[in-house]
Amino acid sequence: MRFSRKNLNIPYVLFLLLFVILPLLVVCYYALTDGQGQWTLQNFRNFFTNGKTLGTLLYSVVIALVTTVVCLLVAYPTAYLLAKGPFRRGGVLLVLLVMPMWINFTLRITAVKEILNVLEGNLAYHPFFNTIFCMTYDFLPFMIMPLYTSISKLDDQLWEAAQDLGARWWQVMWKVIIPMSMPGIISGVTMVFLPAMTNYVVLDMVYNSTYIMGSLIGSYFSAYDWHNGSMISVILLLLIFVISGLSSKVAGDQTEQRGGVTL
Amino acid sequence: MHKRVLLWSAVTVLGLCVFAGCGKQDSDVTVLRVANSEEYIDEGGWDAEETIELEDGTEIRGIHPMTEDFEKWYQDTYGEKVKVEYSTYGTNEELYNQMSLGNVFDLVCPSEYMIMKLMQEERLQPFSDEFFNTTEPENYYARGVSAYISSRMEDLNIGGEKLSHYGACYMWGTMGLVYNPAEVSAEDVKHWDMLLNPAYAKRITMKDGVRDSYFIALGILNAEKISDPAFIQAADYADQLTKVMNDTSQETVDQVEDILSEMRKNAYSLETDSGKADMVTGKVLANMQWSGDAVYSLDQAEEDGVELAYSVPEECTNLWFDGWCMMKNGVAKDVKKQKAAEAFVNFLSRPDNVIRNMYYVGYTSGISGGEDERIYEYVKYCYGAENEADVVEYPLGYFFAGEGETEDSRYVLWTTPDQWNRQLYAQYPPEEVLDRSAVMNTFSTETNQRISQMWTNIRCFDWSDIF
Repeated sequence: MRFSRKNLNIPYVLFLLLFVILPLLVVCYYALTDGQGQWTLQNFRNFFTNGKTLGTLLYSVVIALVTTVVCLLVAYPTAYLLAKGPFRRGGVLLVLLVMPMWINFTLRITAVKEILNVLEGNLAYHPFFNTIFCMTYDFLPFMIMPLYTSISKLDDQLWEAAQDLGARWWQVMWKVIIPMSMPGIISGVTMVFLPAMTNYVVLDMVYNSTYIMGSLIGSYFSAYDWHNGSMISVILLLLIFVISGLSSKVAGDQTEQRGGVTL
Repeated sequence: MHKRVLLWSAVTVLGLCVFAGCGKQDSDVTVLRVANSEEYIDEGGWDAEETIELEDGTEIRGIHPMTEDFEKWYQDTYGEKVKVEYSTYGTNEELYNQMSLGNVFDLVCPSEYMIMKLMQEERLQPFSDEFFNTTEPENYYARGVSAYISSRMEDLNIGGEKLSHYGACYMWGTMGLVYNPAEVSAEDVKHWDMLLNPAYAKRITMKDGVRDSYFIALGILNAEKISDPAFIQAADYADQLTKVMNDTSQETVDQVEDILSEMRKNAYSLETDSGKADMVTGKVLANMQWSGDAVYSLDQAEEDGVELAYSVPEECTNLWFDGWCMMKNGVAKDVKKQKAAEAFVNFLSRPDNVIRNMYYVGYTSGISGGEDERIYEYVKYCYGAENEADVVEYPLGYFFAGEGETEDSRYVLWTTPDQWNRQLYAQYPPEEVLDRSAVMNTFSTETNQRISQMWTNIRCFDWSDIF
């Protein structure tokens, strides 16, 4: 047999097996067993019947949701102006905005923290606000990039066409531009929402000592409780599947619509 | 076909290398796998001006890493080759998890409660009788360990076995409050409940660790009881205190939960290592620290021109120590390894090496040196102030001569009065501080679950956290 191009994926498949599939199976095994190695669903039952752990899930979702919304509100006008605004060099501005991404995020947050510290005096009084502020700052580029890409692809004449048909500027925005940039919105949202649920380093750095899902996993592991730690990981994994499933469905619908409009 | 076979074999070989580790060790070299906390041993590389010059003319300077020096010493002393594979871990729990995942070490250095846990699980190999033979000149541990520390260790038993047979004290200490004397009154830091004091709201930090926090909360909860003169003067004070500070009944855990929830609301943060920096900048006025970290914090702050102080609250403090232990799955079937492991502990206990490690790490060694005066000379070198006008006595006989020998005139240090609440007080606390110290035992599996649940509870979301 000749060496075919198919063989090139062997390293990839091996990598996938060893470092993705196998660890996942181990995590699932621990999530579904108890200390004696018996199969059980008790870990999951504990999670969903305990008000405190459910509170953590809620808190993580709230943090992630608020971060995503704020990111979107800030990023959309920015991306729009960069793509369609009256700047001769939008690309340069984009690079300026994305440049912070080249610096390690803990360094960036340390810097932002100092600024907040000057403004607030004592960071400890506003843990929620600080968390959202720093998370937004951290994730903003991930929102701007996909939005910029999808908005800059839009035809400028759409705006004129819509206005010719009698739409006000906000109607053009709401009925034409936003729906057509939906794929960018969706990919931006997924890139911000999911990591924001577990990014507990930011919380630690701004002295927010409330657990989110990521820190809860850590706390179980340091109490040698691998079963409950794995259980939380599996729940997060399921959540990620659900959200990315949903978003790809929405994105799929949007692409079809968009195809209808542009053709 | 050929190419495919070739490709697969290449991949297999690569895989084997990754999993088995390439290359085999020389069979006449004993490999000693040592795991220790991060930055917990002298790594050498001192500048010439860092050389420690003791009064008796001894000069001590760490040029090479301690592990390299050990390899050389072992060959010179026993004519055998040893290779130290040194690795580090962040916390005791991390070490435990690493070992559960299948990492095998020969010699590890966990804290006393982890030693107890490993003893309970019968995973430790006791030190040999030879190791405790004080007539052997190379047995620096047995000859040099402080009588006080070994008597405190003698009190600890797990399942009828003495902890002192399984663990050799490396560093020890207490815990207390590091505070900024310019803004915190010395009266307030005499009690653990200053951490709940609204006057310092959001200007104190807690440690992000359940055991330390639990201990402090017990100190607050039982403050009245354990400060009562009748309680203190009772003949079995030490035992009673240990009992109170190891109470893990559900009722107590619930009360601790309330205290810690309140403390969390009062705290600036739950820190892991930001505490030291925040004290220097003045954002934080006080926090709980282990004695060795306190020495480091005070030193650092001094360099930045800020004066901090250290206090051990009057109720009680936690006496802790980290000890070297041999792992059964590493050394049990290998006489050579066990010999090398014991020699490693002895080498670290040689007074000059003790001084190197203490200088580098900032913690207090459990070794007093026995006949060898160099360690006491080092303390004098650091804190002695005989020639200054305003000096006070600081008796250290209990540590260097033995329990109850506090007033032994050979070991009364003349120092500046401020050392009574500064580095010396942290590094070598006076005997009265140790009288009110208790060792905190390891939690049983069931207790551990209960207490970690409590810890999770106080950390989980509460609506009032928003804004």
